[in-house]
Amino acid sequence: MKKHCFALSLAVVLGAASILGGCSGKAGAQSEEAGELYVYNWGEYIDEEVIAMFEEETGIKVIYDMFETNEEMYPVIEAGGVTYDAVCPSDYMIQKMMENNLLAELNFDNIPNVSEIDPEYIERSKAFDPDNKYSVPYCWGTVGILYNTSMVAPEDIPTKWSDLWDEKFSGEILMQDSVRDAFMVALKSLGYSMNSTDEAQLTEAKELLVQQKPLVQAYVIDQVRDKMIGGEAAIGVIYSGEMLYIQEEVENLGLDYNLEYVIPEEGTNVWIDSWVIPANAKNKENAEKWIDFLCRPEIAKMNFEYITYPTPNKGAFELLDEELQNNKAVFPDLDSLENCEVFQFLGDEVDTIYNNLWKEVKSN
Amino acid sequence: MSKKLLSGPYLLWMIGFTIIPLALIVFYGLTDKEGVFTLENILAIATPEHRKALWLSLGLSLVSTVFCLVLAYPLAMILRKRNIGKGSFVVFIFILPMWMNFLLRTLAWQTLLEKNGVINGILSFLHLPAQSLINTPGAIILGMVYNFLPFMVLPIYNVLCKIDDNTINAAQDLGANFFQTLIRIWFPLSVPGIISGITMVFVPALTTFVISNLLGGSKILLIGNVIEQEFTRGSNWNLGSGLSLVLMIFILISMALIAKYDKNGEGTAF
Amino acid sequence: MKRTKDSLKRVVENFYLVIILIFLYAPIATMAVLSFNNSKSRTQWGGFTLKWYLEMFESSATIDALTNTLFIAFASSLIATVIGTAAAIAINSMKKTTKTIIMGITNIPMLNADIVTGISLMLAFIAFGISLGFQTILIAHITFNIPYVILSVMPKLKQTSKSTYEAALDLGASPLYAFFKVVFPDILPGVLSGFLLAFTMSLDDFIITHFTRGAGINTLSTLIYSEVRRGIKPSMYALSSIIFVTVLVLLIITNFAPNHKKGGEMI
Repeated sequence: MKKHCFALSLAVVLGAASILGGCSGKAGAQSEEAGELYVYNWGEYIDEEVIAMFEEETGIKVIYDMFETNEEMYPVIEAGGVTYDAVCPSDYMIQKMMENNLLAELNFDNIPNVSEIDPEYIERSKAFDPDNKYSVPYCWGTVGILYNTSMVAPEDIPTKWSDLWDEKFSGEILMQDSVRDAFMVALKSLGYSMNSTDEAQLTEAKELLVQQKPLVQAYVIDQVRDKMIGGEAAIGVIYSGEMLYIQEEVENLGLDYNLEYVIPEEGTNVWIDSWVIPANAKNKENAEKWIDFLCRPEIAKMNFEYITYPTPNKGAFELLDEELQNNKAVFPDLDSLENCEVFQFLGDEVDTIYNNLWKEVKSN
Repeated sequence: MSKKLLSGPYLLWMIGFTIIPLALIVFYGLTDKEGVFTLENILAIATPEHRKALWLSLGLSLVSTVFCLVLAYPLAMILRKRNIGKGSFVVFIFILPMWMNFLLRTLAWQTLLEKNGVINGILSFLHLPAQSLINTPGAIILGMVYNFLPFMVLPIYNVLCKIDDNTINAAQDLGANFFQTLIRIWFPLSVPGIISGITMVFVPALTTFVISNLLGGSKILLIGNVIEQEFTRGSNWNLGSGLSLVLMIFILISMALIAKYDKNGEGTAF
Repeated sequence: MKRTKDSLKRVVENFYLVIILIFLYAPIATMAVLSFNNSKSRTQWGGFTLKWYLEMFESSATIDALTNTLFIAFASSLIATVIGTAAAIAINSMKKTTKTIIMGITNIPMLNADIVTGISLMLAFIAFGISLGFQTILIAHITFNIPYVILSVMPKLKQTSKSTYEAALDLGASPLYAFFKVVFPDILPGVLSGFLLAFTMSLDDFIITHFTRGAGINTLSTLIYSEVRRGIKPSMYALSSIIFVTVLVLLIITNFAPNHKKGGEMI
């Protein structure tokens, strides 16, 4: 009985609060004329100030949601349970969405600021969007190994992917918890293409990942950054572009170690995340306004300063300090990256093979 | 006659949001991507990776259920004893953590168990070697026991409270020692509570994907994780539905076993 | 001899209680301590601070999630109580076989695994073309809440005698009037406890919400889940401590409120 009374008072207090809060919340959310915009983006992949600025300028209400991996984003768009207007997937996923007719062609008349994007990245986008009809580049980067200078002896500093199989790092390794990234590491260390469709090669890569599993502390995605800063692990696979943030954070916290980023010598994945508009989008014009807004140099600069991933926006790049422009850790030379590849969509059947092999690794 | 109309909204609701959704799972589970009938998704449970995940889930949830029972029974007995004439504040202290958000409770253990977490901090303060605690099956069992213990304590406690003191006194007066009373009086009378406690712990433990995600570092794949990932990542809803059906069969079997022992329907936490 | 044995037994019992209490509260206490820690580290004390609490209250995401959680819990349990109470009355007057069948259906959401309930609802919403969002979370919560209401009301209905209701009708009361005057007061405790049970179930749910939520809407549970997967922030500790204290204070108020009948029965 007592739990009842307790729950009753809780219910009454909370219920009253929620009705009040709910009403004021609903009342404040009126912006009928300009409409809405459903944005689906990676976690911590935008300066929230930018969203507020966009809302203020256009009067469009942004409903913002986040995903953790490309693989997690895809079924949501495919099912159409929620219709998003602007999504920011990576290269191979854009190709997959395009081939499965999930994307709408962009109307570039509504995106004049696309001219600010460095032509080089438009050119590179052709790898997954051959006619540049569907996507506008947002960020790019590489994948590499991050290591903790106090936990890794100078002679053990990782230089190649196969160092992730070093018994010395047992329990100290953070791997990426997404199929393609994990297989990229294994395939590259075997000297194969990360877009391999050869089943023998893939099985070999799977065996390698199974071997590695006892050494791995955890399979994580966005947590790599914070875990590495917190000194939870000695080495981890990470997307480039977190480096500026990491270095700042290490300094702020006054840590007695440093974190360094290495691009393994076997070559790596050069990725581009681009904005696309799903075919079922309800507010396509708003989405185009959004993409155009993000292409403005000063906005792109704000975003760059917040998320610290290299921007393909030439206008924004020119606004940066010279020191930053020349910081190779932030803006690596694309030409100096040997053996690097861009992920490609390999077809639904090969995707299934990858998924099944990955499940075998995980269940082992 | 008019009274029966009152069930209208309810029946419509249940058909729309319980029967049809379950029928959809059955439909997805028994068809392939083209909508052709197949048993492949059900039989997929026999592939090594799914079988491993299922056995692991069964194993971990059984161990957790046993731990919960072993911890909860004495606790419920002591609580019953202390409660008399004292109000039930003490009992509430033990149930209070249940009111905390489930995810926050799991997060708390992450904080304690991580490599640079609180427990290892204490160990290193005591100059003891650090232990790798998180991302192990042990961590998952701990998370399950911690999260579900109140669900075992409550029903057992409720049943124990209904036992008349005189029954126990009579047994003791007739010369039964503690263990005899325990086995001959306490246990038989508390079976309904034990059964319902077991269900309330076993089913969520068997199907969880949250605890294994947060405390297992994605290294430990339980059947709940497999199903969740088929829907949220793998994008193979047919397979996910097929595996869900298998899971439902396991739950039905355990329910049937339980119904056999719980004929009176007394065991309830509510 | 008996006395020392008894006191020894008491010591053992107390020891056991303390051990369990430590097990239950150590994690919560740890989070409370860390919520005041100036340093992000979990092993070093960087001085006292309230900044994580400020950060939490300043975060619109947290406040929105809190509002959503409370609103959905309140609305879903209210609707479930109305539908469920009506259904319980109807079921109670049904023939045995129909009753058994309907009670069987009622039990499905309670016995089924949350993950299956969540997935099945998600499939249904997509099949029905209901856009995932606030409304689908609400529907899902109502769905799993109704059985709790029915199961709380049914026992009370069984205890009411039909003859009083019939007597009221014979004396000229309309069925509705007779119901509210005669039956309703008797089943009110069951209705209330059903409502409260539903409310708490809704507050704590994560799994079903996880599958039925849509863009830009979070409850506390889904918010915490996504935050945790992104890395633990101390503001989560602050949130946890605030929830704990709120619950504790309400508990103490209700427990020590005067004029309260004592009872050992839970829920």
